[in-house]
Amino acid sequence: MNEMSNKWIGKNTIRPDGAEKVTGRAEYAADTTMPGMLWGKILRSPYPHATIKSIDTKKAESLPGVHAVATHDDSVDFPLDTPVILGIQDMRWMARNVLAKEKVLFHGHPIAAVAAKTEEIAQKACELIEVDYEVHDWAIEINDAIKDDAPILHDFIKFDGKPSNIAGTLEHKKGDIDKGFEEADVIIEKDFETAAVHQGYLENHACLVSVAPDDKTVIWSSSQGQFMVRAMTSFITGIPQSNIRAIPAEIGGGFGGKTIVYLEPVAAILSKKSGRPVKMMMTREEVMRASGPTSASKSTVKIGATKDGKIIAAKGVFYLQAGAFPGSPIRGAAGCCLAPYDIPNAHTLGYDVVSNRSKVAAYRAPGAPIGAYAVECVLDEIAESLNICPLEFRLKNAAKEGTKAVHGPTYPKMGYVETLEAALKNPHYKLPLKKCQGRGVASGFWFNAGGESCAQVNITEDGNVAVTTGHPDIGGSRASIANITAELLGIDINRVSVTIGDTASIGFSNLTGGSRVLFASALVVTESTKQVIDILKDRAAKIWNIDKEAIDWENGVAKPAGDNAGKFKPLTLAEIADQATPTGGPIGAGHQVNTVGAEGGFATHICDVEVDVELGIARILKYTAIQDVGKAIHPAYVEGQLQGGVVQGIGWALNEEYIYNDKGKLDNPGFLDYRIPVCSDLPMIDTVIVEVPNPKHPQGVRGVGEVPIVPPLAAIANAIYNAVGKRFYSLPMSPPKVLEGLEQK
Amino acid sequence: MSKKIHVTTSINGEETEYLCEPYDTMLDVLRNQLNLTGSKEVCSSGDCGACSVTLNDRLVCSCLMLAAEAEGQEIRTIEGMTENGNFHVLQQKFLEHAALQCGICTPGMLVAAKALLDKNPSPTETEIRFWLAGNLCRCTGYDKIVRAVQAASEEIKESA
Amino acid sequence: MTETQYLSPKTIDEAVNLYSKNQGQSKILAGGTDLLVQIRSGVLSPETIIDIKNIKEISEIKNNGEGSFTIGAAVSGASLEENEEFKDYWPGVLEALRLIGSEQIQGRASLGGNLCNASPAGDSVPALIASGATANVQGPNGKRNLPVEEIHAGPGKTNLKNDEILINFDFPTKEQGSADAYLRMIPRTEMDIAVVGCAVNITMDEDTCINARVALGAVAPTAVLVNEAAKLLIGTKLDNDVIEKAAKCCEDACNPINDKRGTIFYRKRVSGVLFKRALKIAVERAKR
Repeated sequence: MNEMSNKWIGKNTIRPDGAEKVTGRAEYAADTTMPGMLWGKILRSPYPHATIKSIDTKKAESLPGVHAVATHDDSVDFPLDTPVILGIQDMRWMARNVLAKEKVLFHGHPIAAVAAKTEEIAQKACELIEVDYEVHDWAIEINDAIKDDAPILHDFIKFDGKPSNIAGTLEHKKGDIDKGFEEADVIIEKDFETAAVHQGYLENHACLVSVAPDDKTVIWSSSQGQFMVRAMTSFITGIPQSNIRAIPAEIGGGFGGKTIVYLEPVAAILSKKSGRPVKMMMTREEVMRASGPTSASKSTVKIGATKDGKIIAAKGVFYLQAGAFPGSPIRGAAGCCLAPYDIPNAHTLGYDVVSNRSKVAAYRAPGAPIGAYAVECVLDEIAESLNICPLEFRLKNAAKEGTKAVHGPTYPKMGYVETLEAALKNPHYKLPLKKCQGRGVASGFWFNAGGESCAQVNITEDGNVAVTTGHPDIGGSRASIANITAELLGIDINRVSVTIGDTASIGFSNLTGGSRVLFASALVVTESTKQVIDILKDRAAKIWNIDKEAIDWENGVAKPAGDNAGKFKPLTLAEIADQATPTGGPIGAGHQVNTVGAEGGFATHICDVEVDVELGIARILKYTAIQDVGKAIHPAYVEGQLQGGVVQGIGWALNEEYIYNDKGKLDNPGFLDYRIPVCSDLPMIDTVIVEVPNPKHPQGVRGVGEVPIVPPLAAIANAIYNAVGKRFYSLPMSPPKVLEGLEQK
Repeated sequence: MSKKIHVTTSINGEETEYLCEPYDTMLDVLRNQLNLTGSKEVCSSGDCGACSVTLNDRLVCSCLMLAAEAEGQEIRTIEGMTENGNFHVLQQKFLEHAALQCGICTPGMLVAAKALLDKNPSPTETEIRFWLAGNLCRCTGYDKIVRAVQAASEEIKESA
Repeated sequence: MTETQYLSPKTIDEAVNLYSKNQGQSKILAGGTDLLVQIRSGVLSPETIIDIKNIKEISEIKNNGEGSFTIGAAVSGASLEENEEFKDYWPGVLEALRLIGSEQIQGRASLGGNLCNASPAGDSVPALIASGATANVQGPNGKRNLPVEEIHAGPGKTNLKNDEILINFDFPTKEQGSADAYLRMIPRTEMDIAVVGCAVNITMDEDTCINARVALGAVAPTAVLVNEAAKLLIGTKLDNDVIEKAAKCCEDACNPINDKRGTIFYRKRVSGVLFKRALKIAVERAKR
């Protein structure tokens, strides 16, 4: 850790992009135009599962106003037998998700696209495209997809040597699980189910793409990674990355769902074919039908403990839906579920199951809420059967520095215990409850992530600072980067601007995802700023004609290190900038690195509910989220991450779900019946920031954004049990389900 | 195709004319013709509030209003919220209270909150929460938004 | 493609004339909160849109005294709420109308639109039925007045003729000691379509119920007037066993479906619960 005066780090400064956002001037993906622009629309599958026998686009092409029609044949071919891995994605699947090739695999799967003078003409032309389908039986739910005679989505996927919809497995083992259960005094085993839920970002996917005759390509879109957009578009269109400039528009929410492309490659193909820029916007219905929610799941968790409250064995089996193509977040479920605990014998196993739904995309701590839901509910039952306070029970079994986690690593210094102690001390935990009110607790973990990041810190000619990084800012990372830069340079925050560079103006930076952005960008910005300070000292040395080592940088000025260095009036940043040209030229530095040392994050939540037992409605009365954040660079935006994550978890627990009809079609593709929490559903969300600095980071930062969605599902389920004496094992705990459960009690 | 309709209306206090199709919504015209892209298109069904504007001082979704209906009326959008180049107190409080993350709901949220405070300068927390129920936010969990509106209300009362 | 047009007549006669000229091809636009969604999603594509909001009778609130009001079909929820007298006399109708959608929707949504959209789940419909309001409609062959409960024919269908326009509602003179109330069940606290709605309009003479109307929404193809429940209440002091029996009547009056919003079991059970709760509120109001 640096010794710092902390004038800016830890302060709730005004975000650099704030003014544009409160005045409506900020430009999101759908907010811009280009001269001569056409509109693109997508034709989507009316069936959940069918072989495409032929596509005839002639009628669409001859409709006046139509400029181009695209199908999979216009994209690069990725043979099914050769993996092409990009990050956690496989371009074989990505290309077929963007435009179906052999088969359509879900209702809403894109088949073809049209660029036309107006959106209306493009839509009409889509309806003129003739597709000959051979329709197959389909499987939507996990149980339907894994039964013996299930319709097989992909013939080449084999499990146990047979064609299967189980596309992969992942497991973690520690100790001797059978011996562990033999030694247990109490064993509880339960089955759980969760529904598929959507990230629910408000901004619909949109892009504007221009491909010139020489293939020079400009992509304007919002995503969680302009470099991901560039790479995936390059793969699918064959245009080299050097010819693509992907500009990151402001992004209207992502939560993982914008870590892959849907429209950009299609718009690029249409633009190349038509010779005109092409704008595409999904409707909300298209977003719900065809962009990734996260997995529905079914799981079984069995935990054994000794009568003095020590967990001695734990087993979890998790089936997660991947949607149409392999790639569900089984790692998050099987890897995170036991991470808060020191358990000698454990085994977790995840199954990746494809079915005829849209391909899942990452969603905030992908998989982890599903695993934690099951484990934290079973822990509640064990604590109850042993008559131990559920927080004391967790404290007794809490992982700490030196614990070897079930998913592999040995923990460095970390703050899970501190979140439990803070929960026990919190007045919320002691508040009295009335009839039909209940309190639940749960904990959660997310890995967090490092990875590639770049930053450039430049001193402007007038002696201010322009920082450029490569990660789209969704939750306020620019504000935190400004805090760090101002702190290190010892200058006023208003002298620092922070910009997200496009792919032509900053080096490769990995996705905004995995709770990595501030961890990684703080690292590269810190290193760049240190280099800049070094240069500033060097310039002052030249001006004063003394050794650089004889100069200190303090509070925004260069000054002689001591009396021996000589007597000079301190030089301000502006004064040095003014002399930049004669002392060596522009002042700036960049740093590019694959960041490492992102350590996991832990949280403990306390939730109070009230249940209307006649209507089956559970409402959140009070909620406290306690999390080890390492170091809060901008506390208000840290709180905002905690509050936002909690509320998404509340939605997941109570009302959100993908509902399919008997034709395999999503029945609630909009905000009317896909019920995300509204303002009047909620109380204030209290937060307690615990700071156990990450020893591997200059400011002690840990990822913050994902952990808070992990505990709520179980915290709410446990609270409902505490209120009404009935446990629910299936999400969402929507009113009809709760009322029926209460009747069966 | 159909004959375009000529509309004369007032937008943010300025007389404005445009030609629209009978089916064009107010939001279509604001965004695609008048370059007022601060009003956002998200749900197109009145479920999210991101396109909120006022029509004769009444809060409405511009996606659920035909552009032709604006004839002779007064429309106000987020672009008209600053006063003489200064932030409206709500804009200031949203910034100070970190009441926005991605910011896509912010214009609609501000327009709706202003309509509330214009009508009721001292709303309770419950009144704020129910008034803003038609403005979805997926990032913040609403906590800081409600606090920002409360802070703006306090400031309006003090300066009154 | 045929030519689509937007028309904004200033008088009822003009509107009726335009509407009957384009029978079946035109749609009436009031607040637009249902119509525009249906146009946008491609469910409807009318050739003519007739905006009736510039017609005086359709947009005005008239207080005829003693609880009798004439409310224009296109009067918005937000504007009806500002009428203190209506709020005093018909709190149940107002709360039902005000529950539709957000404040933004309230700026536009109307009693007439809610009724003519003919969703079984329209919030204001059970309250209108319980109130005993009647609807004035006008076509080329003149005017007629019919009870609100006779207007719905099924989901999305009304008994209005192809050329008739709903003009306004007449609310009856309020009986001494009477009050109404409306409750609905939704999963969230706002922004949902009713899973069950229940309106009660009751007249009390001291502790005795002397008149009652009970209506349910979202539990059958149309809103239901539950006469059996009302009959049980009238002439009693509303003892618990009477209320329980009437609640059972409400459950029995349901003919619901399983859908994404609720199950048959749930809707039946909840209709009885909401009836009891709405009755309690109405009685408290009536005794005030």
